[in-house]
Order: sequence, then C-alpha cells, then structure tokens
Amino acid sequence: MAKIKVEKLTKVFGKRPKQAMKMLDGNMTKKEILAETGMTVGVNQASFEVEDGEIFVIMGLSGSGKSTLVRLLNRLIDPTAGNVWVDNEDLAQMDAKQLRDVRRKKMSMVFQKFGLFPFRTILDNVEYGLEVQNIEKEQRRKKAMESLELVGLKGYEDQYPDQLSGGMQQRVGLARALANDPEVLLMDEAFSALDPLIRKDMQDELLDLQTTMKKTIIFITHDLDEALRIGDRIALMKDGSIVQIGTPEEILMNPANDYVEKFVEDVDRSKVLTAQHIMKRPETVNIDKHGPRVALERMREEGISSIFAVDSSRNLKGYITADDASEARKNQVSDLKEILRNEVPTVDRETPMNDIFNIIHDTPVPVAVTENGKLVGIIVRGAVIAALANDSEVNLNV
Amino acid sequence: MFNSVLLAFIPTIPLAEWTASFTAWLTSTFSFLFNPIKEHFGNFMSFTADTLGVIPPIVIMIAVAVAAFFITGRRFGLAAFAFVGLWLIQNQGLWDHLMYTFTLVLLSSILSVIIGVPFGILMSKSKTAEAIIAPILDFMQTMPAFVYLIPAVAFFGIGMVPGVFASLIFATPPTVRLTNLGIRQVPKELVEAAEAFGSTGAQKLFKVELPMAKSTIMAGINQTVMLALSMVVIASMIGAPGLGREVLSALQRAQVGPGFVAGVGIVILAIIIDRFTQSANAQRGKA
Ligand SMILES: Nc1ncnc2c1ncn2[C@@H]1O[C@H](COP(=O)(O)OP(=O)(O)OP(=O)(O)O)[C@@H](O)[C@H]1O
Ligand SMILES: [Mg+2]
Repeated sequence: MAKIKVEKLTKVFGKRPKQAMKMLDGNMTKKEILAETGMTVGVNQASFEVEDGEIFVIMGLSGSGKSTLVRLLNRLIDPTAGNVWVDNEDLAQMDAKQLRDVRRKKMSMVFQKFGLFPFRTILDNVEYGLEVQNIEKEQRRKKAMESLELVGLKGYEDQYPDQLSGGMQQRVGLARALANDPEVLLMDEAFSALDPLIRKDMQDELLDLQTTMKKTIIFITHDLDEALRIGDRIALMKDGSIVQIGTPEEILMNPANDYVEKFVEDVDRSKVLTAQHIMKRPETVNIDKHGPRVALERMREEGISSIFAVDSSRNLKGYITADDASEARKNQVSDLKEILRNEVPTVDRETPMNDIFNIIHDTPVPVAVTENGKLVGIIVRGAVIAALANDSEVNLNV
Repeated sequence: MFNSVLLAFIPTIPLAEWTASFTAWLTSTFSFLFNPIKEHFGNFMSFTADTLGVIPPIVIMIAVAVAAFFITGRRFGLAAFAFVGLWLIQNQGLWDHLMYTFTLVLLSSILSVIIGVPFGILMSKSKTAEAIIAPILDFMQTMPAFVYLIPAVAFFGIGMVPGVFASLIFATPPTVRLTNLGIRQVPKELVEAAEAFGSTGAQKLFKVELPMAKSTIMAGINQTVMLALSMVVIASMIGAPGLGREVLSALQRAQVGPGFVAGVGIVILAIIIDRFTQSANAQRGKA
C-alpha cells in the first residue's frame, strides 16, 4: 500500500481557478493561461504514489511547481482540484483538527531557509512540534535532546540560531522535524542553501539516518546530482506537470522527452553509473578442475594476458597470468593453486564509477565485481573510459 | 454653467448640525455608560496621581535613575540625565504637576495598547478588517487633535477623563498600525513552519507571530506614548491638570518665563519616557 497517493492534483493561483481548470482540460499550457487570464498554474494534474520507506525526489527548474506540490501534501496550500491520500485517508476530507493531527504526528517539514525561530534557543526550536501538542516539558526536553544528538548537535542546545553556521542550522531544522518522530518527512530544497561540501555531508548524513529510520521522505531539489545521489525514485516537473517518474537509472538512460534529456545532459555520469552498468561477463578458469593448460588456452582464445580463477561455486579465488601458466606447464606443475595470485582489486555492483576509475588506474588486471564473494563480472579499463565518454555501449541489462 | 447649477440647487449640507445632533444623541443615550466611567475612572486617576505625589520625590528620582541604569545596559548617561532632570522639575516646584501628567500619559498609553494591539492583530488576520480599519486610522490621525476635545467634553465633562479619551483616539493608531505591520512582516517560512508543525491559530499567534513582531509593535507603542504625552498637554485646555496647564496659563498671561520652565519639564519627561520604551525594546529584541 502506498504511503502517499496523489491523484490529478492541481493548484491554480488566481481569481477564477475554475476557468483555468477548464482551459487546462482543453490542453492549454501554463504560459497560454497566464497570458490570457493572468492566473498561474502552480501544479498541473500531478499523479504519483510514494511507497513506505522510500526517498522520493521531486526535481525541476525554478518555478516548475515543486514547492507548491510539496505544500499541497500537508495542505499548507489547498488544492484547486485532485486528491492527496496519506495512509489511505483523504486530506481534503479532514477538518482542522484532523489536519493538525496529521501535521503533528505524521508529517514534518524541513525548510529551505531553515525556518528556525530566531528568538528561541536551539532546544526550544527542536521542541516546537512537541510543545504545540502540549506534551509535558520533561518528556519533550528528552525527545528534543535525543533528536539533537541524532544530528550531531549535542552541546548547542542553549545557543540561538544566529550563532550557528548554515549547515548546523539545517541540522536543527532536521532535528526539529525528527523530534515528532513523523512517518513522513517533507524536505523543500532542504540543502540548497548550503555550500557544496556541507551539502554533500548532509546528503550522506540523511542517507545514513535513513538506513535506521526508514522514513518516507519527499525531497525537493533543483539539482540533478543531488536527486540522483539520494533518490530511490525521481519525479521530474516542468511547468507544473510531472513529465517523468523513474529510478535514477531510468531517468538517465531513457529520458522521456527533450526536456528531461536536456536536464540530464550535463550530469556527471561518473557519479551515477555504478559497477554493474559497465561490467562484462568474466572469462574464468575453475581452480578445482582446470590446470595451466586450460588456462593458457582460454587466455589465447580471448587474447588476454591474465584470467580470473574461481572455485566450483564461482567464489573468486584470484587470477592467473599467462606467464605464470606457461612456466607451470614447463615445470609439470598441474595445480593452478600454486601459481594463483590473489591481490585482486574487487568492487561490488553498487560501487560508483568514480571510485572504480581510481582503482583501475593502478592495477594491471581488470577489476572484479563480486557479490557475496562470488564473481559476477569484470571491468576493463576501456569500459570505464567509454562510459565516461558517454558512449552508448553502456550495458544496462544486468 | 454646470458648476453654477450645482451651487444654485444644492444647499449647504448640514454636516456640522448632523455631527452635533449625533454627538448629542450619543451623549444622552450612553450617559449611563459615560457617567460612571467619568466618576470611577476619574477617581482612580486622582488616586493614582495623589499616591505618586505622596512618595518622596527623592525616592522616585533614585528609583528612575537606577532603572535607567539597568535598562540601558549599565550605562550612566540616561540615569544621570533622568536624575538631574527630575530634580530640576522638583526644584522648579512643578513636581505635583509632573505626577498628574505622568499619570495621564501612563493610563492613556496603557489603554491605547490594550485596545490597539488586538485591533492590530485583527487587521493582520483579515483583509476585510484591514480595509475597514486602515481609513479610520488615517482619519483619526489627520484630524487636528483639538477637535477631539469637543466630544470628549460632551461625553465626560472637563478634567482628566476627557483628556484620556481624546488621547486614546489620537494616540492609539500607531500601535494598531505597527502591530498589523509587524505581524504581516513575519517571514513566510516561519509562519509555514508554525503551521506545518500543527499549531493552532492561537499557538501560531502567541508562539511565533507576536514574538517575531515584538520589536515592531514596541516601536508602535513608543510612538503611542509620545503622542499621548503631546495630547495630554493639549488636554489641559479642557481642564486636565499637569504640566500642560502651567504652559497654558503662562500663555494666557503672556508669561515667557514660567511657560518656558513648564515646557522644559515636559521635554524632560518626554525624553525619559522615550528612552525607557526604546531601550526596553532594544534589550528584549536581542535576547
Ligand atoms: N502564492 C502564490 N501566488 C501566486 N502564484 C504563486 C504562488 N506561489 C507560487 N506561485 C507560482 O506557482 C509557480 C510554481 O511556484 P513554486 O514556488 O512551486 O516553484 P518551485 O518549483 O518551488 O520553484 P523554486 O525552485 O524557485 O523554489 C510559479 O510560477 C509561481 O510564480
Ligand atoms: Mg521552491
């Protein structure tokens, strides 16, 4: 069951939204409607589902309607049409009290410019969400402290927001959202105001936290790199409409249209592609069965100077070089184990290409891709370079 | 041609008569309200002023100086000025008048704030309220202050009470205006944060909007207090006691000396009050 379900959600800013709705049905664009009526289409018939525990990224250029969409999810903005269900409950049907309860217990928000209250201490800021629920002072202190600890800000509780750096302030924003222990986190460009290094730290930290918290996170960004780094799925918005939804790979590899393609064009592919995209089926010898003769034969066939050795259940054991093998044959050595070399560089399927590039740079043999110790593929230097050069030979069917 | 027709056929609208009869109607209809106010509030004010008058001046001088010292962040400037200024007023034999003026300013300011802040909040929350109240405030502030003295006398006779009434009308607008402005100026993201965490309307107002708007509201209150002081002086024309009455009587007898001395007394009081309300604001705004 989807945690959040959105259907044909539409928001028009202006005096006569009904009229604009009709025009949208008649397939007029945001631009045309603005020119004709002066009304702005914020979000245009967006539909999607977010699964429990998923990081769902909404991405788009400035003005594409991301903030409006995320505010429709907790009804900070009332929709013109369409529905939002949270845990199968229709947000539009809720009265003020029910809505408050959802905001207090189920969904918390993290803001782009942090949204901290400058006259409150850090601790009091983090407590805010609990305070409005009239939770006892002692208990909310405790929860707020835990939350601050979680984001690594213990010791700052008596400071004021303006005494902290931007990165720290955003951690406070995150701690405040986490203090309520919500099921859903709404993050509107939460990291956009931070400088690139701190931003990357925060992304890592969020991913770290997420491995233990398992929240459902709606994350807004206008930065594709950020989207690709943290998103389980990404929705791309343009002029209020969602133009594509998919995993990072799907978006990168099969852009739905020119707009997405343009967006994707200048992504640094090395950050997105991982070992599994560029690995090849490995040539191997079975160390339990084969001898130097077979090894040499296979290397000759493939035109390679070394070959990976596995055991009968395909566990990677090491590699054999052609030189060693012919030497062994001369000396009548029949057990490959005696000439096995085992300083093999290995990575797993998810290793980003960046890292592979560094490894492959100073190793004479291909890089082995393993999964639980079993050899699943190899990466040769040529494939890395080809992929970096945006060559279409990249193999996605793994 | 058109112009002369207009002049010929439309007689003078009896605006003055209407206002007069409306005021008369108000006076008689609400006399059950006005009379007790006049009596009880008047007594209360005299009582306050008299009580202040009983305290030995030197005690008040020291108390004000000490308060000034702390409120300005442990600096001697205002403290010294307040002490010397108050001593000078006492030295000139104007102490009792000072107590009356101060009582008038204090009470009418408090009433202005009690009335003004809620209206300011109302204005900030509703566009309709703002559209209705804003022009009324303009009217209240641009009408010459003396004009308010006339209905004040009609309602409350002469003395301190009509002075407070006139001062209320004249001095409340800045508090209303700046409360409205202060709340509307609270950054959108903070209001959203308050809402996103499930605040009720009252929680949003008291926990976020009012604290954020505090320094703007305090600036409005400061203006209100200063306007109340100026009105209290004018109100001496309808019998309000205090330093203003000294100025007025000096004016009527063309006595430059006493007029100037009483005037200086008002200036000293104004400066002290102004600095007090301002530094109270600056200090809290920081914390
Ligand atoms: N309160 C409002 N009144 C009128 N128009 C609005 C309002 N809020 C947003 N809009 C319009 O709706 C559209 C979407 O705005 P939105 O803020 O959702 O974009 P965004 O994708 O978040 O952009 P950014 O990356 O700049 O934050 C824009 O054209 C904007 O002008
Ligand atoms: Mg935005």
